[in-house]
Amino acid sequence: MHYNTVIIGAGMSGLSAGVRLAYYEKSVCILERHTTIGGLNSFYRLRKRNYDVGLHAVTNYAAPGTKVGPLSKLLRQLRMKWEDFDLRPQLHSSIAFPDCKLQFTNDFAFFLDQVATFFPAQINGFKKLLAAIDGHDALNLERSSASARGVVQEHISDPLLIDMIFCPLMFYGSATPRDMDFSQFVIMFKSIFCEGFGRPFDGIRLILKRLVKHFKSLGGHLKLRAGVSEIVQRNGEAKAVVLDDGTEITADNVLSSAGAAETMRLVDPGRPAVQPVAGDISFVESISVLDCEPASLGHNETIVFYNDADTFNYERPQDPVDLRSGIICSPNNFDYSRPLEDGRIRITALAEPDYWLQLPEDEYQQLKMKWNDRIIESALRHIPDFRAHVVDTDVFTPRTIRRFTGHDNGCVYGAPEKFVNGQTSVRNLYLCGTDQGFLGIVGAMLSGITIANRYLLK
Amino acid sequence: MTGEEIRQVVLDILERIAPDEDLSGLDDAVAFREQMELDSMDFLDIVMELRKAYRIQIPEEDYHNLNTMATTVSYLTPKLKDVPVAG
Repeated sequence: MHYNTVIIGAGMSGLSAGVRLAYYEKSVCILERHTTIGGLNSFYRLRKRNYDVGLHAVTNYAAPGTKVGPLSKLLRQLRMKWEDFDLRPQLHSSIAFPDCKLQFTNDFAFFLDQVATFFPAQINGFKKLLAAIDGHDALNLERSSASARGVVQEHISDPLLIDMIFCPLMFYGSATPRDMDFSQFVIMFKSIFCEGFGRPFDGIRLILKRLVKHFKSLGGHLKLRAGVSEIVQRNGEAKAVVLDDGTEITADNVLSSAGAAETMRLVDPGRPAVQPVAGDISFVESISVLDCEPASLGHNETIVFYNDADTFNYERPQDPVDLRSGIICSPNNFDYSRPLEDGRIRITALAEPDYWLQLPEDEYQQLKMKWNDRIIESALRHIPDFRAHVVDTDVFTPRTIRRFTGHDNGCVYGAPEKFVNGQTSVRNLYLCGTDQGFLGIVGAMLSGITIANRYLLK
Repeated sequence: MTGEEIRQVVLDILERIAPDEDLSGLDDAVAFREQMELDSMDFLDIVMELRKAYRIQIPEEDYHNLNTMATTVSYLTPKLKDVPVAG
């Protein structure tokens, strides 16, 4: 078998790249090790209920018909329609710190007003920061890196406001602890505060299924249960991929969403994962199914980013789970015309990958539930006690993420160092997805599209 | 293809690339970019759609000819005059 391009991974970035290539009549095959599509953002069925994994919300929300912005750009590039994503806007979200809470919606003016109200002395600096964000070309593939905290501190002096701005942006996309690259900060700031959150009524499965249908209708091939165990190269040029079952598929180009370190190990299996370094920011998530809508318990917020410590500590924790901060997401609290099938509360907190990866299986199951209870308890400062209404529970950990994405350490946002131009040391082997560096659901899709456009459609 | 047919081909491509734009009032003498939200990714798509449908190669140094509808049609006319409209 021979293809113009073989894509490793049927996640958002691989599928989007595949759509572009197939649309322009390149022979393309997407290889996915798992039995289902999605990778980091996927879905499953458990005890007769549908679950989403990864996605809390699609960032970069724009109302149907909007002509500018990442979502509109994405739909145009994929030749897909607004209805295909069926995004409904969030209700309202918040950043909750000790003694201070800032709310935001998909209307940026509202957030600006919140900052002016609670940080009147900082509002001029905040506006200068907005000008710096507006003037920064974060999608330039040849960009250089700068400390986001450095740039923000030039404009804002209150450490509380700085931490509150960083909290959602880091939680939703930072592969690096404590600080971010300014370009990543700009991408996240715009996608969360300026554009905001949306979600399809049917969750992430709707977007994934429509992407696959579109890809196949354009003649693309998708193989599930087809893990790549080796990328065969000669003289610095990728020639073929070898699947777990030994099948060899030759290709003119290989595009990998497997991660930078993980991909280079496929080229040279003996290579230790030293250079490039895999990330280690990972999470545990508690998913509670409720017998009622969260709103009926008085919880109307879409997403709450909370931190109860004096400062916000975004880093690999010492403990199995960092209970000081987290994200509470209720998929019910979007602007839907009818209620979801059941109530859901998802609470996500930073986790120590090694602890979860090394536990023996029997202890793992028990400890998942123990930490689930602790996570919920710690979040009760920010949500009414819903525990009496829980009818089912599921938990994912770094171990789950590693199993379903193949990423070292079960890391969620990829390697700390990004490969923004998508190139590797192998001439016709390219990277897309989290390690290329565009973030969020829309970012992941744009990552695949951008790398496909730049190198594979010539 | 006649000039009018080529104009329709380009219009169809623009509609595919930018379905949210209203193209009914498009002024042939004014740059596309001044009338529509087209970025460099969209622009590249015009070139690639033409290649896909009519197998014509447009080298990068010729992209400036695709500035307005009028310049696009006159640039494409010699390339497409003997080519029938694709179904």
